[in-house]
Amino acid sequence: MSILGTRVVRTEDPRLLTTGATYLEDLRLPELQGAAYATFVRSPMAHARITEIDVSAALAEPGVVAVLTARDLDDIPDRPAGAGAEPLLAGDVVRFAGEPVALVLTEEAYQGEDVAELVSVDYEELPVVVGVDQGLRDETLLFPGTDSNVVSTGGAEAFDDAAFADCEVVVERTIVNQRVAAAPLEVRATAAIWADDRMTLWVSTQNVHGVRDAVVDRLGLGKGAVRVIAPDVGGGFGAKIGADRETITVGWAARRTGRPVRWVETRNENMVGMSHGRAQVHTVTIGGSRDGRVSAYRLDIVQDCGAYIRLGTMLPNLTMLMASGVYDLPRVETAYRTVLTNTTPIAAYRGAGRPEATAAIERAMDLFAAEIGMDAAEVRRRNLVPPDKFPFTTKTGATYDTGEYAKALDTVLDAAGYEELRAEQRRRRERGDPRQLGIGVSTYVEITGGGPEAGETARLSVHTDGTVTVWTGSSPHGQGHATAWAMLVQDELGIPMDRITVRHGDTDVLTEGVGTFGSRSLQLGGTAVHNAAVEVKERARELAAEEMEADPADLVLDTENGTWTVRGVPGQGVAWAQLAERAGPDGLSADTKFATKQATFPFGAHVAVVEVDIETGVPRLVRHVTVDDAGPVVNPILAEGQRHGGIAQGAAQALYEEMAYDEYGNPVTATLMDYTFVTAAELPSFELVAMETPTSVNPLGVKGIGEAGTIGSTPAVQSAVVDALAHLGIRHIDMPATPERVWTAINEARTAQ
Amino acid sequence: MIPPKFVYRRAGSAEEALSLVAEYGDDAKLIAGGHSLLPLMKLRLAQPEVLVDIGRVRELSYIRGEADHIAIGALTRYHDLEHSELLAEELPLLAHASGRVGDPQVRHRGTIGGSIAHGDAASDVPAVVLALDGTLVVSGPSGVREIPSGEFFHGPFETALEPEELLTEIRLPRPASSSWAFQKLTSRAIDWAVVAVAVQGRSVGLVNMGSTPLRATAVERALADGAAIPDAAAQAAEGTSPFPDRNASTAYRQHLARVLTRRALEEAGSRA
Repeated sequence: MSILGTRVVRTEDPRLLTTGATYLEDLRLPELQGAAYATFVRSPMAHARITEIDVSAALAEPGVVAVLTARDLDDIPDRPAGAGAEPLLAGDVVRFAGEPVALVLTEEAYQGEDVAELVSVDYEELPVVVGVDQGLRDETLLFPGTDSNVVSTGGAEAFDDAAFADCEVVVERTIVNQRVAAAPLEVRATAAIWADDRMTLWVSTQNVHGVRDAVVDRLGLGKGAVRVIAPDVGGGFGAKIGADRETITVGWAARRTGRPVRWVETRNENMVGMSHGRAQVHTVTIGGSRDGRVSAYRLDIVQDCGAYIRLGTMLPNLTMLMASGVYDLPRVETAYRTVLTNTTPIAAYRGAGRPEATAAIERAMDLFAAEIGMDAAEVRRRNLVPPDKFPFTTKTGATYDTGEYAKALDTVLDAAGYEELRAEQRRRRERGDPRQLGIGVSTYVEITGGGPEAGETARLSVHTDGTVTVWTGSSPHGQGHATAWAMLVQDELGIPMDRITVRHGDTDVLTEGVGTFGSRSLQLGGTAVHNAAVEVKERARELAAEEMEADPADLVLDTENGTWTVRGVPGQGVAWAQLAERAGPDGLSADTKFATKQATFPFGAHVAVVEVDIETGVPRLVRHVTVDDAGPVVNPILAEGQRHGGIAQGAAQALYEEMAYDEYGNPVTATLMDYTFVTAAELPSFELVAMETPTSVNPLGVKGIGEAGTIGSTPAVQSAVVDALAHLGIRHIDMPATPERVWTAINEARTAQ
Repeated sequence: MIPPKFVYRRAGSAEEALSLVAEYGDDAKLIAGGHSLLPLMKLRLAQPEVLVDIGRVRELSYIRGEADHIAIGALTRYHDLEHSELLAEELPLLAHASGRVGDPQVRHRGTIGGSIAHGDAASDVPAVVLALDGTLVVSGPSGVREIPSGEFFHGPFETALEPEELLTEIRLPRPASSSWAFQKLTSRAIDWAVVAVAVQGRSVGLVNMGSTPLRATAVERALADGAAIPDAAAQAAEGTSPFPDRNASTAYRQHLARVLTRRALEEAGSRA
């Protein structure tokens, strides 16, 4: 029986959760002995000119190794200082609160903040741009010499109102997809040494190869001159893709001073320094007939980039690509503008552009349903792409591989007991219950694979003791690669999981690789491992044939016990260890890279049930039922874990989380006391329904599951809050639907009535 | 998020704590569970020169039934209040409210006296002690004095405690009425109250409705005059001026005070 699809308990967890894991601050390597500790001096102002930096008081402190500023960055290549270009350390101008201005190196870790306070920076305040509306006004420009804060545009140059001319009903609304923080448990951290003309960086990252390339590029080093290692990594959610300016600066400082340098940020720094996510404003226009057919949809996106371009200019492309969601819509128009503001830069965050697309179309569907007075689930059903239309190319140019959208919707409605929920909602409304019930439905499709053409690499070696080492170019930071990859190998080779070690994160071992983001690991990295196992198996067949003096075609691998026998010949057969021995010095191993031109499109449907206390405005998520179909499941524990975490994070955006700024550009949610990061206490037990529709894009038939929960849950939960209050005439409440926001909406609705 | 340097002294007894505080004067700050002070220090909003740690002064951790009151040592932790059989019997309001503070980690560290001495209007226990008409026993260089809870809270993080004084005991009279309730609204379970209301009989304490914990005197007067619960509760925000913050505007807090007071009074009524 295949181990694939079975509930294998995560083998990495005892180590990761108790003791034995090595997160970046746990590194106790001889190379890092005597490291200086790095502390960044960060701007307290959102927008200001730096008139002077006086480091003398800091330098006079005992135990201070160096205080470095932009002026010291004279040994790296010049960069065009165009709009949105992010420096390592701020030079003349700071553009967001928390921007690194100087780097303090101290002998002791705990000295850092004290010394940083002694670095005297004179700021001359500049007018501040907060929020895209202000950014679009161009009254204050972030980059002098430009004529606008808009740094990129895309999609339709002008919208065509004729698209809606034949619609019986047209609804338009502006909705906010707010800025949120990734807040991984392990904050950002880097250690660096410069020895023998070579830089080694240990980085808490999702992709060592991307970090290497960024460091090489920014510091002007040869590609072979940088090695990047990722030890155990405690979460990333997209915000640990690539090399942040702090990581590059720490590497540079190690070379500059000749000292090993290590840096770990505080939570406070993490909240303002690590890229934020989402931060889009949408104007949706949806039109169709009163029988529930949508014939035209328009999505106008304004993306807040923050102060510098990280991925902010890329995200809306994904939003546009996925704009029409699971629906077969005759006319779709999209466009975007990306705008610089004096806030923390925006980059990828769990879903990165696709949750925004789903949130927009799902809100639009609800608004349309409310306008024509039809059940929201029914309106969706009438517009879904039917199963016989796959592969389906949307009006925005995405080609969906496989999908069973109606089945997903019907399955989740059935599992949730949708009709009974509606009946309960009616009963509560009739008796004027202070706790009103809201039911939110969302359907979604997303694109996964994160640059599938770049592929992923793997190396598999069978050792002479019969054990296996798998190196993966993929980059686990909580996903469970060690378990899943070992299962894939056991399934193919019959070598038990406990004899298989999975390793990752060293650019000197696998010089090529891509990393973990965009729900790409299993479909690309897993396939590369699977293919490596297949290659090794074929090589082993030849070796076994030699050993047993038989025709390779007659060799049979018993995957129950991992031995090769000749078909029809009784006997003990040969074990893997013997074949590894026979393989000689080159070993029994394979290097693979799996790449494909095609992305995959997982899909699903969510039902959220929310109780709203209409006296206080408090919404509470009481049930969440989902179908998340990402094809065949290698290990249900891993897949369910991804769904759980995703649903929680998505629900949190709907109800709790927002990275907020005041009018002066001060972040007002820069600690976990103020940033209402969701906890288990706010969430019900999730009800997960299994559904598996394979893809033909890869030999495993799998799609990505890492972001699905987040994408489906946010609009379902938001919709449920609104739905609970629909009888009061409420059609929309922006996220997060905080108690006061809900209470205010109730008050306004009552005043209007 | 790393505090500036400070001198750390650990007191083994209340007496030693007092002498250390006398030694360092204004520079010293007492620390018990640390769940209020340490975050402020990590954000460098509080920068005491000297920390006198009284967290291990076991002699001030007790819950005792006395002839006319319950005596609680200032260093009794929330967890112990929550699980005290004596309190469950005699002062269920305090036991229940203590079990709603923060999360289990906080409740294992935070102390009743630390919360009261910190004087944060957003803390739950001070308003509970107000509603229970507690008396605070304080030791200092000039001996022991008793301060009625109604005179203890002076302003934001300001109390009647002098710099060289130590809160040692909280005395809570046995309530005349057995009806009680605690209604607390938080953003997340672990958060500070947006607003909370503590009711014991006809006494009503308000959490986070101004610069100090408050008694809802207008509600209490109305109840004494025989008003129905909804009418009395409608006056819960009378005379309050709660600070607006990210969680709630002033108007929303005042609204919540009215709703939660009504619910608390109704709940208490159901227990009478």
